[in-house]
Amino acid sequence: MAYSDKVVDHFNNPRNMGSFKKDEEGVGTGMVGAPECGDVMKLQIKVQNDTIVDAKFKTFGCGSAIASSSLATEWLKGKTIEEAQKIKNTDIVQELNLPPVKIHCSVLAEDAIKAALTDYQQKADTQPIDTK
Amino acid sequence: MKLPIFLDNHSTTPMDPRVLEAMLPYFVEKFGNAASRNHAFGWAAEEGVEQARKQIAKLIKADSKEIVFTSGATESDNLALKGSLEMYKEKGTHIITATTEHRAVLDTAKSLEAKGLATVTYLPVDKFGMVNPQDVQNAITDKTILISVMLANNEIGTINPIQEIGKIAKARGVLFHCDATQGVGKIPVDVQVMGIDLMSFSAHKLYGPKGIGALYVRKRNPRVRIAAQMDGGGHERGMRSGTLPVPLIVGFGKACEICEQEMTVETARLTKMRDRLQTDIMTALEESYLNGHPANRLPGNLNISFAYVEGESLLMGMKDIALSSGSACTSATLEPSYVLRALGVGTELAHSSIRFGLGRFNTDDEIDYTIKKVIEVVTKLREMSPLYEMAKEGVDLKSVQWAAH
Repeated sequence: MAYSDKVVDHFNNPRNMGSFKKDEEGVGTGMVGAPECGDVMKLQIKVQNDTIVDAKFKTFGCGSAIASSSLATEWLKGKTIEEAQKIKNTDIVQELNLPPVKIHCSVLAEDAIKAALTDYQQKADTQPIDTK
Repeated sequence: MKLPIFLDNHSTTPMDPRVLEAMLPYFVEKFGNAASRNHAFGWAAEEGVEQARKQIAKLIKADSKEIVFTSGATESDNLALKGSLEMYKEKGTHIITATTEHRAVLDTAKSLEAKGLATVTYLPVDKFGMVNPQDVQNAITDKTILISVMLANNEIGTINPIQEIGKIAKARGVLFHCDATQGVGKIPVDVQVMGIDLMSFSAHKLYGPKGIGALYVRKRNPRVRIAAQMDGGGHERGMRSGTLPVPLIVGFGKACEICEQEMTVETARLTKMRDRLQTDIMTALEESYLNGHPANRLPGNLNISFAYVEGESLLMGMKDIALSSGSACTSATLEPSYVLRALGVGTELAHSSIRFGLGRFNTDDEIDYTIKKVIEVVTKLREMSPLYEMAKEGVDLKSVQWAAH
């Protein structure tokens, strides 16, 4: 099975690979998948004024899983929370030209985005406003 | 040094140019049907076939009349299991095999079970992938007609105690089939000493052509009989009908002859290269684990799991080296290697495994390049791995509640 050029490009030159500190202000972290299933994605967003100003990922998984999460961070940057909610796994499948056996990688990326957004919102809801 | 490098010699081997040379006259010049007994074209073809039979038999210490040509080891496995069951079903229908066998044996056994034709015992293996002869002994009942245990495993290279199993089979009057596809031509095989009654192997794993294999069928002590699964002209003493592919057979013979003559030298060379590959990689990379038996292993085999890194991404990172992984990222079930699972290797480490298969045409330069590349890519992918990051932070990955999907 040959990989699409876009998957190869993301794999060789991953965008936004790395981590934020989980407790940093405005950071939301999503971790999905399981080692036994062969893929784990950690996706983080940094939000300021309802806009995602930065995103990072780390992924244990096949090339398509790495490419899906790399692409997700690219797409997240500059989007508002509301816009980010609308990213669908099918968009990732289309952009990366993923074959049927790799669709679960895109599903995982969508789950990771949702998890990061939820984490951010939960943290924002519980954070006292006047802490400095 | 030319790229890509072929380090997947368990899947197949490149044909030795000397084999091709031996085959060439049998395509256009000596094209006859080996079964044509009445003219020179047939005689020339038959001569080629009979010489090959001798070369093949010599490599495994058999008589040339005991070689039955098939299309490959998969067909040989099918013929051995189905053919002996059909022949001896009055005596019993119980078969003993092991969980780490090749799918050609396992799926044949399962198919016989599903049709209600046989009951099958699948023996476990130890943490090195070895079958315990005592387990074989204990599994035998008065209905057992066949034991099928492989010589060397195709993923981890572990070599089974065939001679001991052969003795047990003989003492209990049970036929012993051995899938020796990965072992023949690589390590010494003696069907007499090993007590083998039926043995499958194929040419393309030992630098011969694809599309030709053999089933060794013992003729004396005891005389083994199997029911043909392919009906027709009654070729191969009635056990496998079909016109013999003479060029392939001639190539098979030549390949066996070369293996027999060069095995000692080749084993020493491959073992040295393999050990260097193993030592250099495992010294440089923490948390890399050897799969299979540390010593009792095929000379060209090396199977390592690299914790925190997924196998398929490793292969992708080393795209100019042809390797194989026990990862299952392409399979619909997401189940990684059943062989590694049978050894008790955790699912996550099974996903992280890479199989290196060294062969006759690999060079020291290629091994140097591979060592460098493996270290580079594993390091890069670990940097990218959230699991590695967590482990470095001291998180016990087993204690984490994963959101399985």
